[in-house]
Amino acid sequence: MANPTGIGASVRRREDARFLTGRGTYTDDINRPGQTHAVFVRSPYAHARITGIDAAEAMQAPGVIAVLTGADMEADKVGSLPCGWQIHSKDGSPMKEPPHFPIARDRARYVGDAVAVVIAETREQAKDAAELVMVDYEELPAAVTSLKALEGGAPLVHDDVGGNLCFDWHLGDAAAVDAAFAQAAHVAKLDLVNQRLVPNAMEPRAALGEYDRATGEHTLTTTSQNPHVIRLLMGAFVLGIPEHKLRVVAPDVGGGFGSKIFHYGEEAVVTWAAKKVGRPVKWTAERSESFLTDAHGRDHVSHAELAMDRDGNFLALRVATIANMGAYLSTFAPSIPTYLYATLLAGQYKTPAIYAEVKAVFTNTVPVDAYRGAGRPEACYLIERLVEVAAAETGIDKAELRRRNFVPASAMPYQTPVALQYDTGDFAKNLDIALPLVDYDGFAARKAESARRGKLRGIGFATYIEACGIAPSNVAGALGARAGLYESAEVRFHPTGSVTVFTGSHSHGQGHETTFAQLVSERFGVPIENVEIVHGDTSKIPFGMGTYGSRSLAVGGSAIVKAMDKVERKAKKIAAHMLEAAEADIEVKDGRFVVAGTDKALTIGDIALQAYVPHNFPLDELEPGLDEQAFYDPKNFTYPNGCHVCEVEIDPDTGVVQVVNFAAVDDFGRVINPLIVEGQVHGGLVQGIGQALYENCVYDEDSGQLITGSYMDYCMPRADDVPSFTVRYHEDQPCTHNPLGVKGCGEAGTIGASAAVMNAVVHALSEYGVTHLDMPATPERVWQAIRRHTPAQAAE
Amino acid sequence: MPCTVSMTVNGKAVSREVEERTLLVTFLRDQLGLTGTHVGCDTSQCGACVVHIDGRSVKSCTMLAAQADGAAVTTIEGLAAADGTLHPMQAAFREHHGLQCGFCTPGMVMSAVDLVTANPSLSEHDVREGLEGNICRCTGYHNIVKAVMAGAEAMQGGTMKAAAE
Ligand code: FES
Ligand code: FES
Repeated sequence: MANPTGIGASVRRREDARFLTGRGTYTDDINRPGQTHAVFVRSPYAHARITGIDAAEAMQAPGVIAVLTGADMEADKVGSLPCGWQIHSKDGSPMKEPPHFPIARDRARYVGDAVAVVIAETREQAKDAAELVMVDYEELPAAVTSLKALEGGAPLVHDDVGGNLCFDWHLGDAAAVDAAFAQAAHVAKLDLVNQRLVPNAMEPRAALGEYDRATGEHTLTTTSQNPHVIRLLMGAFVLGIPEHKLRVVAPDVGGGFGSKIFHYGEEAVVTWAAKKVGRPVKWTAERSESFLTDAHGRDHVSHAELAMDRDGNFLALRVATIANMGAYLSTFAPSIPTYLYATLLAGQYKTPAIYAEVKAVFTNTVPVDAYRGAGRPEACYLIERLVEVAAAETGIDKAELRRRNFVPASAMPYQTPVALQYDTGDFAKNLDIALPLVDYDGFAARKAESARRGKLRGIGFATYIEACGIAPSNVAGALGARAGLYESAEVRFHPTGSVTVFTGSHSHGQGHETTFAQLVSERFGVPIENVEIVHGDTSKIPFGMGTYGSRSLAVGGSAIVKAMDKVERKAKKIAAHMLEAAEADIEVKDGRFVVAGTDKALTIGDIALQAYVPHNFPLDELEPGLDEQAFYDPKNFTYPNGCHVCEVEIDPDTGVVQVVNFAAVDDFGRVINPLIVEGQVHGGLVQGIGQALYENCVYDEDSGQLITGSYMDYCMPRADDVPSFTVRYHEDQPCTHNPLGVKGCGEAGTIGASAAVMNAVVHALSEYGVTHLDMPATPERVWQAIRRHTPAQAAE
Repeated sequence: MPCTVSMTVNGKAVSREVEERTLLVTFLRDQLGLTGTHVGCDTSQCGACVVHIDGRSVKSCTMLAAQADGAAVTTIEGLAAADGTLHPMQAAFREHHGLQCGFCTPGMVMSAVDLVTANPSLSEHDVREGLEGNICRCTGYHNIVKAVMAGAEAMQGGTMKAAAE
């Protein structure tokens, strides 16, 4: 490798030094002089009218400074939390968008909906006093599951949203699909549930509001993946604070996985309350509060049908999905089950006709929004389960059936029937690499060996494609996004040649401080320790959209490249002046600025110094300084894709599923830091395996109480639940439309894993006649499935 | 009812007045400003708060500050050598990319050190079982397990294996 800290090097992470020694600074680690603590009073009912709040006793409790309610916010003209995406129903009508106030005003709509906030000197005092706030509730019947909420006569979550239907949307060509089904030799059908999950970043959400009376400036420090978006939404829509008086800082953030993209009511409350009580106000969620209030993920119920000809060629796909939105529309909620889901239903296949219908439903549960992968895992799971069913029913080998239907690499760029245009990808190659990795041919022997030990064995595939690098703005706008989706960067060379890069992306575990610095090191030959990456503070960084949807490198990194292009152009001018050469003769070689055909050369450090000490600059032609900014709005999404293969062993006596082998082959385009990329894949895989085997967010269907409200009940995958992984990637299909050729790797593992695991589980159980099992495949579910399908054995 | 607790934290004697109900983790974070010890849950399930009491790992959200009276407490801030040299386990986590967001990391490292101290010759299976009380949402454990194995070797005075497979 030419540059040991450049592109392609597994540079060890620079941020680790502080994390490993306990010097990370997460929001809850920050304390301000005079700081107070906020604790929320939350509804114990899924649905209730609030008929009165008596805070008199709480106000008398030790240390209490204020008890504030929705009425106080209303009096201060605080608005509702805006939704960032608008969807239209089939009939052209806009989605129903009932207001979502930071603190409920007259009705609580899920268990955990905030009803009041207590502010006290210490967290313990605030907690004690919160118990003393007397709220009169009139309990109302709740609509808990999406299916029941849609039934006639179901309780209404919002009085003015008839039938609890937020929107009834569709995509694709229904007539073409109907025609294809009429011709089909075989139709595979599947009903499936993609269960609700709790994202569970290990750092609970926290927010610290401050107000400076001297300057009139508000500061919010918060656990966010995109501080500028929070500033925009909270400033413009909720609190009405102009942007120059509102600073949002997201310091070290302990994981997000989507759950920290959204603007939450607590952020608005502490910012507003800090001015009201005249002191800093901090709120930190307890884990049980996170379960009740962090936006949940997934929660789809679907029916899918795949039409095939006699040879197993896919003719058409028809999908009907019901998506649970929870009680209110979270920031990006409507985009998830529509444009981030249905547009990916083509998968890796050249199915000519696709039609998808999606009904989004309000229920008395926590709002649902993006969780790692966001819509794409749901699409991958549906299509890959359906293909597996089709393989079983037609008797065509499941690898072969996939291969037969892949969009060939030669057909790229490929326009799918559901809006997207894939730029590059070689799907057969992913499969070719994966099969020997898992010794597919040796499976039968391993299965026989398992059988000798009384165990069942199965192998399952998942091939996936995702649309990442979210943007372009014009497309996003056409699809209903209310914001642009570009990214920004500023590359500032200092007089002595060190560099600060300001990025609109946000790092909450992805290692940007290392990867982004590698880009600069590669380009200008600057030692990596001389490059500083600054993110997460609206007072420092240019306006940016933050980190989600594997967009940081593809969009944020490309913005850095664009800013570096400008720096290079400027540096060439300065070099030409310094070397008394024509600007056109200056070229950059190994990070040095050289006069073509000579040995006259300058380092970027020489040039930077001159830029800030322009004693002999022709100042009418050459401006001092070496500091450039760029915004980058891509032309298309990027399309990471891959093939994941999982092998499981099941103990039929206990129903316990063990993942015994897992291989992931991915095409992420160009890879900047292999170490970090592989780490992202590992983490993603375990979240996918977690959904397949363990995780499930369960509400009581009548009362709407959250049953899985802590780590005692919600099963998080632990070290002894999962295996080590075989991970491979190839780089010969770079993205064609961003300057780095990168595609994104953050969500891939999660998208592929659940389908691969479930396909393996069902394959193992197929000898009992099991054709489908809903996630999670817990021991009880697996055991029941075995018993249900073998009544003779169950009777023994 | 306030009470006075005294203990040695990272080699320094400290004495403070606390409420009886104050948890050890709250004492460390809020009163001593040692914010490397994290709180990830309220049911003693996640392990983000693990510290050493008299050399053994303990979930500091599970005990009262008063119960640590007279004990020697080590937090993540006290693990590296005085000159800043990382403990071999910290170094192994860095080398093997055993952390991403870093939130679970202090607890993970403290658990790992105790695990290896108690059983210097652990297998991968032992490591996975031994870390059962610590949740990491980011890394998928693969690299954590590698790091702990390498850290175990390094704690024995061995050299660390390269991270590349
Ligand atoms: S905070 Fe102690 S175990 Fe979670
Ligand atoms: S590194 Fe983020 S939770 Fe472990």
